[in-house]
Amino acid sequence: MNPRLLWPLGIFIVLAGFLAAGLGLNPREVPSPLLGKPAPAFSAPTLHAPDRVLSKQDLLGKVWVLNVWASWCGACRDEHPLLVAYSRTAAVPVYGLNYKDQRADGLAWLNQLGNPYAASLFDVDGRIGIDYGVYGVPETFVIDKAGVIRYKHIGPITPQVLRDKIEPLLRQLNA
Amino acid sequence: MRDHRLMRQGLGARSWRLLVSRWRLSRTFLQQSLGWMFGLLLAVGVSVSAAQVKEATPVAADPVQEARMMALAAELRCLVCQNQTIADSHAGLAVDLRQQIRQQLAQGQNERQIMDYMTDRYGDFVRYRPPFKASTALLWVGPVILLVLALGSLIVVLRRRHRLGDEAFDPDLDAEVEASPNAHAASERKTAL
Repeated sequence: MNPRLLWPLGIFIVLAGFLAAGLGLNPREVPSPLLGKPAPAFSAPTLHAPDRVLSKQDLLGKVWVLNVWASWCGACRDEHPLLVAYSRTAAVPVYGLNYKDQRADGLAWLNQLGNPYAASLFDVDGRIGIDYGVYGVPETFVIDKAGVIRYKHIGPITPQVLRDKIEPLLRQLNA
Repeated sequence: MRDHRLMRQGLGARSWRLLVSRWRLSRTFLQQSLGWMFGLLLAVGVSVSAAQVKEATPVAADPVQEARMMALAAELRCLVCQNQTIADSHAGLAVDLRQQIRQQLAQGQNERQIMDYMTDRYGDFVRYRPPFKASTALLWVGPVILLVLALGSLIVVLRRRHRLGDEAFDPDLDAEVEASPNAHAASERKTAL
């Protein structure tokens, strides 16, 4: 067989390879430029106590998880039982970022579904969300003792992600 | 020729008269439908202006600054609806980011600083025209490389074919006809054409 006839087949295989790889990618998961960088500073009232202000400095020195949520967010409801269960093990504290929500709605949501958060920052205008590059609630960040973002998950956490990515990382950071 | 044209004019005039009389017959109908159309247009106009009133965003006092904001927003990808710019999108995040650009322009930040602010948070992906660097080199140079490769292979193939003798090609249909017993007839036909 003429080897030149194999050229189109070769080109086809290369192209199909690229397209197959492209199908496997999730375009909604944009790599965050904040990974490995210090978490943006914040100072905001908490959801439960409007007069209590929580800032990034308060959380330095411990490994913590920041979970962006809102009562209007359907996918947050999906991941919520997992967070509640995880918070019972209390390996590391989970802080919430109540993103662009109404205080009454957020509080009612937590009353109904359980509150896994050590505290929730109340980000009514979404400014903290913008600083953290939030674009698809829920999002989850892992922040180390030095206040550096070590991991970001976009979309609801699944048991697999918790078991295979987040928990090993938290163990490693706390070791 | 002249008669012909006259006839055509006559026909034209007659059909015009016919048309006018038909129009007179259907005038009431026309008036009715025009009235309907006018009412519809009015309704659409009112609802459009109502929608515009509802969607009016806090416009910066200064239209020049608003234009700068929109020019910047048109360069930025809305990450919620990824095929829209922040200027086009109605997503909550896009509205917030437009407001953010407005505020920063009002604080005297320039375009470059605001672009850096956005890429610090959302990465190069937020820019519709990402900067040229190692991770984006293939994106920028890829099409040029493909074009050069395609043109190069076209030139190589054409040159190779140019150098080949006639025997390497299948004979043309014309040549076959000429080689056949009726060659004479065929060439005559050609000259006639």
